[in-house]
Amino acid sequence: MSTIVSLPDQSTARLPKVSYLNKEYGLKSWLLTGDHKRIAVLYMISITFFFFIGGAMAALIRLQLLTPYSDLLAEDTYNKVFTAHGLIMVFFFLVPSVPATIGNFLIPIMVGAKDLAFPKINLLSWYLYVAAGIMMLCVLTFGGVDTGWTFTTPLSTHYLNTNVVTAGLAVFVAGFSSIFTGLNFIVTIHRMRAPGMTWFRLPLFVWSHYAASILMVLGTPVLAITLVLVVLERTIGIGVFDPTKGGDPLLFQHLFWFYSHPAVYIMILPGMGVISEVISTFSRKRVFGYTAVAFSSVAIAVFGFFVWAHHMFIMGISNYSALVFSLLTMLVAVPSAIKIFNWAATLYKGSITFETPMLYAFGFLGLFTIGGLTGVFLGSLGMDIHLTETYFIVAHFHFVMVGGMLMAYLAGVHFWWPKITGRMYPEGVSRLAAVTTFIGFVLTFFPQFVLGYLGMPRRYAAYPPEFQVLNVFSSAGATVLGIGYLLPLLYLTWSLKYGKIAGPNPWQATGLEWQIQSPPLTENFEKTPIVTHEAYDYEWLANKTKNEVTTVG
Amino acid sequence: MDSHAIAAQTAEPAQLEHEHPAFLRHHFENVAQQREAATFGMWLFLLTEIMFFGGLFCAYLIFRNWYYPAFVAGSHTLHIWAGTLNTTLLIISSFTMAMAVHAAEVRHRTPLLRWMIITIVLGCGFLCVKAYEWHDEWVNHHVPGLNFSIREFTHTNPAYPADKPLAPDMAEKTQIYYSLYFVMTGMHALHMIIGVGLLTILLIRARAGAFTNGHIAPVENFGLYWHFVDIVWIFLFPLLYLISRHQ
Amino acid sequence: MEQHPQEHHHHFPHPEMGASEPTHTPFRIVSPKTYLLIGGCLLVLTAATTAISYVELGVFNAVVAIAIACIKASLVVLFFMHIKYSSKLTKLTVASGIFTFLVLITMTMTDYASRAWGRW
Repeated sequence: MSTIVSLPDQSTARLPKVSYLNKEYGLKSWLLTGDHKRIAVLYMISITFFFFIGGAMAALIRLQLLTPYSDLLAEDTYNKVFTAHGLIMVFFFLVPSVPATIGNFLIPIMVGAKDLAFPKINLLSWYLYVAAGIMMLCVLTFGGVDTGWTFTTPLSTHYLNTNVVTAGLAVFVAGFSSIFTGLNFIVTIHRMRAPGMTWFRLPLFVWSHYAASILMVLGTPVLAITLVLVVLERTIGIGVFDPTKGGDPLLFQHLFWFYSHPAVYIMILPGMGVISEVISTFSRKRVFGYTAVAFSSVAIAVFGFFVWAHHMFIMGISNYSALVFSLLTMLVAVPSAIKIFNWAATLYKGSITFETPMLYAFGFLGLFTIGGLTGVFLGSLGMDIHLTETYFIVAHFHFVMVGGMLMAYLAGVHFWWPKITGRMYPEGVSRLAAVTTFIGFVLTFFPQFVLGYLGMPRRYAAYPPEFQVLNVFSSAGATVLGIGYLLPLLYLTWSLKYGKIAGPNPWQATGLEWQIQSPPLTENFEKTPIVTHEAYDYEWLANKTKNEVTTVG
Repeated sequence: MDSHAIAAQTAEPAQLEHEHPAFLRHHFENVAQQREAATFGMWLFLLTEIMFFGGLFCAYLIFRNWYYPAFVAGSHTLHIWAGTLNTTLLIISSFTMAMAVHAAEVRHRTPLLRWMIITIVLGCGFLCVKAYEWHDEWVNHHVPGLNFSIREFTHTNPAYPADKPLAPDMAEKTQIYYSLYFVMTGMHALHMIIGVGLLTILLIRARAGAFTNGHIAPVENFGLYWHFVDIVWIFLFPLLYLISRHQ
Repeated sequence: MEQHPQEHHHHFPHPEMGASEPTHTPFRIVSPKTYLLIGGCLLVLTAATTAISYVELGVFNAVVAIAIACIKASLVVLFFMHIKYSSKLTKLTVASGIFTFLVLITMTMTDYASRAWGRW
């Protein structure tokens, strides 16, 4: 199989003598760093830790659902398990996944800057994440929380005596971590671009992070105040969500989903940015319709604020309101579809090779499309009344979040691994893992569409026996999926010591990050770059490499 | 443009004077970029504050619509003199804070310190009045969840003889009014306390000359924060205190 | 991409590079007289809003109160917070914040406002 990988001669290649990894040694130099690259690595370690805890929760869920009866876990315990799975995966993995790791690492380099605008705030952002994570671990240790990740009132405010307050505060703190990351990105992208780096020369990765950052800054505070109100309601009984005191439980949902719908775009947009980069590189072609993809990112961000009540169609909002939100939901699907069309057009007549990042990108294209289309079904009012609160919803969001976003994250990790560490991962095993993930994913979540359509409710510890066959398929798939996720943990760690030396540009990609050494220097560039070429300019790259000798070390 | 021409261009004399100010962080090209980035960052933070308080205003609007008589009754128990006084104090403090920023911009240390101290005093004054008001609510059994009683609302209010006493179910709803009152003014007061604290730290650094050497950004951006907290109060005042006072 | 040694560490962005440079807004120092004038207006408006609240205007009491509050807030934003003299980017930033806040309020209110309509 052909490949575009171009590595330096391994017998003479060495890692660069000085890089951000060895510039300073010691725990303090890492824990008090201002270097965006080190902070990215710190984040990568932390979110991987939480991913596997969330994954363990998922394993428990699928084990429980092997049988129709609640014979593995008690119902209350099951509620705690799926709540933990949701909270951890959403707030401690998906939201920070690409932005805080790959985004933190690459945004300054991609715009040609030495660091983000506010390095100390960047570090604070990581510490807030860790503090929130510790609070979450306390919640898990001291009895869990069983409200579902959505904290729906009045269940969360009046009918449960689990750790709702601590969990709410943990999410509150994690929210500020997210806000500070987004704030940093917006200022950096606006104010710290290198000479010649116009907006329309930026990689699409930067555009998608810009759009996601707008959502982080404008949406997350609403979640923050909502959680504060829930905490106050539980502690001193203020009554804004309590019907007996005249409050409205639906008000909570309006405020909660005002953030949580844009949150799904916060989660997916950075992943879409990764896909733009990967598809372009492995088709050796500029992204088709750059402007359309760039503007569609911003359009998703803007429209994402107008559709939140499609999570509340059956909850008691007025029918007029439901109509309006249903119509708007149809509109918000359009920019996402535009991106899919543009990526497909990028592939057309490209020189396609199938390295691991590209395999994940293909997985993304297919699975995100299915997930997105099922989202349109759910946005349609009549369909939603039948399908909401069933496994159809569960399947829908896992297709977009896991089949889409998680695959994009893995694509990004593999694509930029050589840049971050200076070493290549082992291609054979990684391809196997990618294929395993895809197979496992489809086996796990496709049956859930059928289950949902047949009427199996979500968040139930037990189910009617006629649903068991599909549930067994799903659980079997989950095992395969788990292996698919464990493999990268193992071989990526292995590659840190034994991986091939990558050199500055193993993928022969365009982009400023590939013109500097791997791993980069602390200050990224020896001299401030002056940008004269467009994004994804492969002719420029060919011209440049013709006149250059790649030296390493 | 030819890159050699860029390199050959000389820096302006004013720039050479500030070649490497100690406060210029290494990842910025020059002081102007650093200052603009800091101000932009502060504005983005204020956007988060708009949305944070926005959720509370949203809740307020809904419940005021649903339980208007209860909101009227609740509002009438607040002291309008206290609210007006607090508004006045905050507006003056915004003026003094703007003057402090001006003093930093023209590099006059003594006026800077003076205006900052006055701002702190006015801020503390605001908090004292607020503390008095909250104590008053506590004494009158208006604190939801702690000692709330509707007795006052089911009987005629001597200060507003034209106010009909509320039916018991509407009287219960005054608790929502007071909940929002305490959460909104409490959140605002928390921001004031943080503001006064930060300003005190800035005052100490200003005494050492940290902000009269061209490094205006911290004072300027704190000013933005302070004015924002003032704006929140500008909206809280009519919404909480001035409901149907004409009766 | 060309990398060139920087002979001067600090230089303003060059207009010749076109729209690639973040635009540099000169910093204008607003005079104390302006601040005094605006402060005075704010105090007058405060007195006005308190006084008007004692006049019977029906539903317009709320409208007038909010309108005066908006004017006061605008004065603070434009002059004390220097928006009048700020870059387009800053103005756009403030506008987007206000816009999102209005989306939250109005779209939520449309649900509450329409709940009692008809028999649907």
